Amino acid sequence: MTERYLPLMATVTVFLALFVTGGVLYEHFFSTLVLGHILADNAFIIIAAIGTTFVILSGGIDLSIGSMIGFVGVVMARLDTLGWHPLASAAVLLAFGLLFGAAQGYIIDFCDIQPFIITLAGLFMLRGACFMVTLDSIPIRHPFVDAFADTSIPLPGDGFLASSAIVMLVVLAGAIAIAHFTRFGTNVYAIGGDRASAVLMGVPMRRTTVMIYALGGFYSALGGVIYALYTSSGYPLAGTGNELNAIAAVVLGGTLLTGGVGMVAGTLFGGMILGLIATLIIFHGSLNGAWIMIASGVLLFLFIVVQRSLVGSFNLRRSS
Amino acid sequence: MTAPLPPSFSGRLRELTSHRATWPLLALAVILVVDGFVAPGFFTIRIVEGRLFGSLIDILYRAVPTALVALGMAVVIGTKGIDLSVGSIIAVVGATIAWRIQEGDPHFVILLTALGVGLLCGLWNGFLVAVLDIQPIIATLILMVSGRGIGLMINLIYGGTNPSFTSPLLQGLSVGSIGLVPTRLIVFAAVFVALWLLIRRTALGLFVEAVGGNAAAADLAGVRSRLIKYSAYLISGLCAGWAGVILTADTHTSDPVSVALYIELDAILAVVIGGGSLAGGRIYLGMTVLGALVIQTLTTSILMSGLPPEYNLLVKAVVVLFVLLLQSNNARNAVLALVRRRKR
Repeated sequence: MTERYLPLMATVTVFLALFVTGGVLYEHFFSTLVLGHILADNAFIIIAAIGTTFVILSGGIDLSIGSMIGFVGVVMARLDTLGWHPLASAAVLLAFGLLFGAAQGYIIDFCDIQPFIITLAGLFMLRGACFMVTLDSIPIRHPFVDAFADTSIPLPGDGFLASSAIVMLVVLAGAIAIAHFTRFGTNVYAIGGDRASAVLMGVPMRRTTVMIYALGGFYSALGGVIYALYTSSGYPLAGTGNELNAIAAVVLGGTLLTGGVGMVAGTLFGGMILGLIATLIIFHGSLNGAWIMIASGVLLFLFIVVQRSLVGSFNLRRSS
Repeated sequence: MTAPLPPSFSGRLRELTSHRATWPLLALAVILVVDGFVAPGFFTIRIVEGRLFGSLIDILYRAVPTALVALGMAVVIGTKGIDLSVGSIIAVVGATIAWRIQEGDPHFVILLTALGVGLLCGLWNGFLVAVLDIQPIIATLILMVSGRGIGLMINLIYGGTNPSFTSPLLQGLSVGSIGLVPTRLIVFAAVFVALWLLIRRTALGLFVEAVGGNAAAADLAGVRSRLIKYSAYLISGLCAGWAGVILTADTHTSDPVSVALYIELDAILAVVIGGGSLAGGRIYLGMTVLGALVIQTLTTSILMSGLPPEYNLLVKAVVVLFVLLLQSNNARNAVLALVRRRKR
């Protein structure tokens, strides 16, 4: 039982170690202000990554996240110019994300095509749709956006929890409940752990697959809504490559890409680790964007190796 | 004695529809026929300034980098792996070429260095997958995330962003022509033949397919699966190295951020359209090239048809989805059942 929590604890340890390192190296780093900013800046990617966690737990993958974030942003901005309230367009787009994901899940299960390829087609399709909506950046001028940006909960110290971070924590709680306290969540683990056994045990494959990808689509659409509100604009290239950040966050969070092993809560820390690296490099000041890429890669490497040798989580399934 | 019955027409049809080359060829044919209607003179090939010229040649010409990468990808996917880092390898190779030319190395040495960098990246990926036993998608994700950053760093070493260069040798390989034929087509043919011989005339292909089918069983049968996996990533790195040489020499510049963006996705798509399964165990080199041609023909057609370029991705997605649905037995049967029900 405790073995289940080892990858999560490893992730939390790495996060704390990085945070303390930053605190030792730089003045004012070890504060709730920095923590709050990391949470707020990475809320959209963590939200999307939470949805991806379910997909990856089931042994699948979703590459359409980044394009979904971009698409939701430009449509929200376009609807804003037509006078829609952001909440109304957000509701429509969340429904769209749910349906789009469900369609992907249905095709994957019905046609028995690898998720990698179908969601790749989804990536192309949504990005293409972005370019058809607009080729330029469109600002969102509705007063609700300012109200959203101004809402925050003060934290002890001089930090605060921004509204995007609050939304993220709320949906995280929802996702944890879904993963660990519903039949659907158990089915997801079952499919990811051993597909053939799951079929034999009577797990409804089609319904579960459709629901998994629908959930993934919903969460990435929500990530897009938060991103659009946070940047108060829609840009057709927004979110490019974010699917990989989301997958990296899930993996850093201790979830196995082969499925069946991992926890939703780990994804929060995985995403925060990626945010911490970027923040550390920004604090350093003299380093540029190339370093963020290299450092993310190096850390990904170190983390996987450490996790593999310390926890042996890659053999977790065989031992349990 | 009765003579064996000749196979019935429907039997032949069934045989044909189940052959793996049928559907991609059909897709290619449909796209080409549409092109023939949309763009008059699509199929004409002329000789301009001593080299072949025409839309078909253009498609072949532009498909070369993707097809090269896809060949390596086909071998890696054959081992049940995947190589996401090919775009980043191309970026690193490009940065290395620009750097060494700045340093004044002989250009022949630079070509070897560039291919060596490709191999080195393959060595790294292979080390992660075969020695450390990390899942391929994650192992190659590491280089994918950091590779373009490494390219930028190499550019910064001698103080330039997107440095440009000239090199008669490399540009001859990329945009030149020997007689009537563009050189890069000859380079591609050479790589293809070498790889085909390696895969189909030595036991390597068999071993790769054995490892991809079931690594544990292959190990028990005496195949050294780690070594086989390692060689697959080396091949992929070398193929990406060649693609890097051609792409970098084509643009005369090293641009790590945007060179060969999404090429890994196109290459994987080419393998899948060619009938390869991501579950491993099969290598179809010729079919992979066909897949790359389908993708490039589609891209060129969209550009030629006069649709705004922003429709490119959307049309590509729809066509890809269509090809995939055609390949799926379930979807085909569902459509057939629907048609039959209508008839009644």
